[in-house]
Amino acid sequence: MTTMTDPPKESFQLSMLLNDTRYRSLTFQAIAAILLALSIWYLGNNLIQNLRAAGLNISYEFLGNPSGYDINQTLVEYDSQSTHARAALVGILNTLLVAFLACVTATVFGVIAGVLRLSKNWLVAKLMAVYVEIFRNIPVLIWIVIIFTIMIAVLPGPREFRGADPDASMFLGVAAFTNRGVYIPQPYFIRGFGGVADLLLVIAFLAGSFFAVRAVNARATRIQEATGERPQTLWTNLAIWFGPLIVLFLALGLTFDVPALKGFNFAGGIKIGGPLIALWFALSIYTGAFIAENVRAGIQAVSKGQTEAASALGLRPGRVMNLVVLPQALRVIIPPLISQYLNITKNSSLAIAVGYADITATLGGITLNQTGRAIECILLLMLFYLTASLLISAFMNVYNASIKLKER
Amino acid sequence: MKKSVFFGAATVAALAAGAAAAGTLDDVKARGKLNCGVTTGLVGFAAPDANGEWKGFDVAVCRAVAAAVLDDPNAVEFVPTTGKTRFTALASGEIDMLARNTTWTFSRDVDLKFEFTGINYYDGQGFMVPKDLGVSSAKELDGATVCIQTGTTTELNLADFFRANNISYEPVPIETNAEAQQQYLAGACDVYTTDASGLAATRATFEDPSAHVVLPEIVSKEPLGPLVRHGDNEWGDLVRWTLNALITAEELGVTSANLAEMAASAGGNPEINRLLGTEGNLGEMLGLPADWAVKALAVGGNYGEIFEANIGEATPIGLARGLNAQWTDGGLLYSPPFR
Amino acid sequence: MSDTHAHSVAFVRKTEIPPAPPPASQTGIVKWLRENLFATWANGLLTIAALYVIYLVLSVILPWLFGGVWNTSSLAECREVLQGRVGGCFSVLTERWPQLIYGFTYPTDQYWRPNVAFLFMLVAIAPVLFFDLPRKLLYFTAAFPFVAYWLIWGGSILVPIVAAVGIIAGYFVFDRLNKSSFAAGFFGAIATAFVIWYLGGFLIPEDQSGAMLSPVPSRDLGGFMLNMMLGLTCVSLSLPLGIALALGRQSDMPFIKWICVIFIEFVRGVPLITLLFVASVMLAYLFPPGTTTDLFLRVVIMITMFSSAYIAEVIRGGLAALPKGQYEGADSLGLDYPQAMRLIILPQALKISIPGIVNIAVGLFKDTTLVSVISMFDVLGMIRGPILASTEWNGVYWELLGFASLLFFVTCYGISQYSQWLERRLATDHR
Repeated sequence: MTTMTDPPKESFQLSMLLNDTRYRSLTFQAIAAILLALSIWYLGNNLIQNLRAAGLNISYEFLGNPSGYDINQTLVEYDSQSTHARAALVGILNTLLVAFLACVTATVFGVIAGVLRLSKNWLVAKLMAVYVEIFRNIPVLIWIVIIFTIMIAVLPGPREFRGADPDASMFLGVAAFTNRGVYIPQPYFIRGFGGVADLLLVIAFLAGSFFAVRAVNARATRIQEATGERPQTLWTNLAIWFGPLIVLFLALGLTFDVPALKGFNFAGGIKIGGPLIALWFALSIYTGAFIAENVRAGIQAVSKGQTEAASALGLRPGRVMNLVVLPQALRVIIPPLISQYLNITKNSSLAIAVGYADITATLGGITLNQTGRAIECILLLMLFYLTASLLISAFMNVYNASIKLKER
Repeated sequence: MKKSVFFGAATVAALAAGAAAAGTLDDVKARGKLNCGVTTGLVGFAAPDANGEWKGFDVAVCRAVAAAVLDDPNAVEFVPTTGKTRFTALASGEIDMLARNTTWTFSRDVDLKFEFTGINYYDGQGFMVPKDLGVSSAKELDGATVCIQTGTTTELNLADFFRANNISYEPVPIETNAEAQQQYLAGACDVYTTDASGLAATRATFEDPSAHVVLPEIVSKEPLGPLVRHGDNEWGDLVRWTLNALITAEELGVTSANLAEMAASAGGNPEINRLLGTEGNLGEMLGLPADWAVKALAVGGNYGEIFEANIGEATPIGLARGLNAQWTDGGLLYSPPFR
Repeated sequence: MSDTHAHSVAFVRKTEIPPAPPPASQTGIVKWLRENLFATWANGLLTIAALYVIYLVLSVILPWLFGGVWNTSSLAECREVLQGRVGGCFSVLTERWPQLIYGFTYPTDQYWRPNVAFLFMLVAIAPVLFFDLPRKLLYFTAAFPFVAYWLIWGGSILVPIVAAVGIIAGYFVFDRLNKSSFAAGFFGAIATAFVIWYLGGFLIPEDQSGAMLSPVPSRDLGGFMLNMMLGLTCVSLSLPLGIALALGRQSDMPFIKWICVIFIEFVRGVPLITLLFVASVMLAYLFPPGTTTDLFLRVVIMITMFSSAYIAEVIRGGLAALPKGQYEGADSLGLDYPQAMRLIILPQALKISIPGIVNIAVGLFKDTTLVSVISMFDVLGMIRGPILASTEWNGVYWELLGFASLLFFVTCYGISQYSQWLERRLATDHR
């Protein structure tokens, strides 16, 4: 806006601060800065005075004190003698766990519902429309409460599995669906080398199979390009995937720890707690409805010519969807999908309604209750969510950029 | 305050300048209403009835204070608070006193800067189990799933108890009593734990209360009492001595039946006379009229009458006096003398 | 030619054959079924699966719905009436109806006030939603907030009058000064309004007991009314804020831009529930010592902040979608920034953003149920708190949750249908 070649020779006047476009933006910014500083000073001053009047202070020392309460679902070692900071960590991991699980299943629900909504089958399309509208138009908190209530009311309590002629029985004799959660068998190795080493071994085998399969496929492609005939690779691939793994499992002695009713609860196996399942399911089915709409919009955004061209090439409808439509629709779907993932992460804070020990329930719930350190706890809580949101959106943006249409 | 709400920060500041210096007592008098923090709903202690009127044991304490200060037991604004919001509500001045079955603990008193003005209910944490579980002691609960109503010190006591007895359990923390009941009744947890009084109140609402037993173990001391902000001693004294007046009245045999008669003129017992203001100037010392205690007592009678009307054996909650009997009857209620 | 031909064949039909009906499989319901439900083998299976799902759902819901009991006074009584057969205890709805709608502390004899306010709301909102209605109705819309405030809260009528006078005076000042400079008009208007409010504050009697409508503290508001009030207030307040934030984020002034970016990203990064925790336990410390602000206002502040950040992002999308030529065109006409925005850019950008804004509004309205977590008794708070905790209705879940869902579904579905209608209506690109 300012030109260096021919500066005006007029002297500076005060009114120029408001009327001259060269200075006006500076004036406005200065005013904004002053207002901001004033309001920060005002609020801060109020805070200090209020705290002083109440005789309180801001201190994070409580984080190092023993929390004194127990948590039912922990991914890391934790007991009531652990610190409040540890309890917060447990909460963070639980939040991330449910958010991750819900993101995966919500995507699955959403894609299925979105594709089916465009189905030529009138009934299925309408049914999916009803699903989408019902879930989109009722608050997620009500859904969480409803699904939790359904789970508690419909699934049997462990008590009902007891006795000679129980009211409920285990699924296939290995898994128990109770209103406290789902108990599934836990695999372990009799001749294993201990938890982590076994896991690494399995991962190593899987990675080996993965690269072997890639090599086989690459060879098949080479042959196809050379001769026009693609050799059958399905059985080879299956053998590569499962053969070594089965040998490994046999060698290590894979066994399953089947849950069994013992005392008040099922013991053994892996327990997936009821609150986690209810929250997970509620978040996925609710967000799934939104994702379904995004997927539908994405598919409809792919121009009809693409589908017609694909059909003209002789592709079957399934392959048209997989090879032509979905890859193009993905570019439209990804950005709103990112914000749905963020919503899931943020909505997971409603765990408080079902008693799932996420960060809002530990740091923002029991710790806050017990220590009374409201300001500190809430600031930490917001800091966590902010960081998580920014990280997720940064990560997804990188992914988004990588699949973006490269325009020339 | 409504004005301050709608007329911008400038007016707020102007109004605040006048109000800030005065103590809580003057604020309450100026406002004509007592803001009293209560629970969001625990039958017997504080819960709105079908007409939306707050009823209960804690509510009666608020009403007594309102009657003593403002001569109107209905000049109370009941502010429902959760376990999370109650301390901030009190510290920030949103409420004048908190009567929300809150346990008197060291850290709340000292670290959070509150003043407990006495104890209106001696409670302890207990366990309730379905009768057909066949459990007779809390020590048999190894591996049980325990529903906890969060908010008071419940989680901490529970952890301590199970740790001390070296048995394991699975906690299910739940915010509201209604949801805890729902899970307990559906068998999603084996045990429900909260203060024994709360257990009794909860059991009373069940379809078949006799199918559930409260275990004999009481795992903690839960002295529940009203509390006020630290530092405003005049107001603290007022709440403390209103509560003491209710307790002393029972000890001295002053009831709502004979209150009017006893307050009419000085009688033979000098302590009753001092309590009811027919002798001495105790009211004046508190900054209240001489018959402040008469007004407080006129609301629901003395401590014993309030107890019987709200949570006593004749009510569905059916709590025995137990520890909450007068010291003369073997209980713990012991009010300092009115002298 | 035709003659010879006619003689050479044995028979020539002189009349047309009447059109034969198409084969049975190509008409009416059969055709429709074939094409839409059983087009392929897999499709048929899908149809059968869908029918089964529908049967499952309906077989549970219908007997419950139609076998329901509507006139008992407690759950025990209701179970007695039902005697073990399937049916809902909908009597909880009839008995607790006022509590679900107005909350449990709103004075019973004053229920007509929110009712009237609700009717007024419908009238006030109509000209905003439907452009064909007479524009004069907008005056009513402008007056509505003050009338509704007075109806619902009661107290001295001077409060809303002073508030309205402040805003009207501010508008006149703006109108006058705007001719010379937008900034002067803007700040002048705000200053005028504040001065009038401050002076008006002295007019309002401290004691409100003699008021025409008895004052109702905002703590006594509850039920679905609270959800509607929070939703409506916060959306209307966050619109101007959202526009300002969006413009700020697009601004050339780095400082203002960064303030807006930080604010928007911060608010969008945290869940609403943490903001509500701030409202319930933290915000009180930020007000001047010795004052208290009621929870309703604190919640309105936080929810407004929350939704304004989201609306700002939607509007930013609208601004970005405008072709650059519009900005350049406005500049070339010699319009300054406020004029260009007001006359050229914003009308177009807002039009593009309407569907997004409506989505945010619906989401926000649904999110007002979260206030039940911070001990406010909205419809969900009433259900989870006082009603389920009462001895009479301890254990009635489906009827209450179903009712709350129905209320929200009807409202939100209605709004989204309106938004789609509006989108078609506003479509000017004749595709």
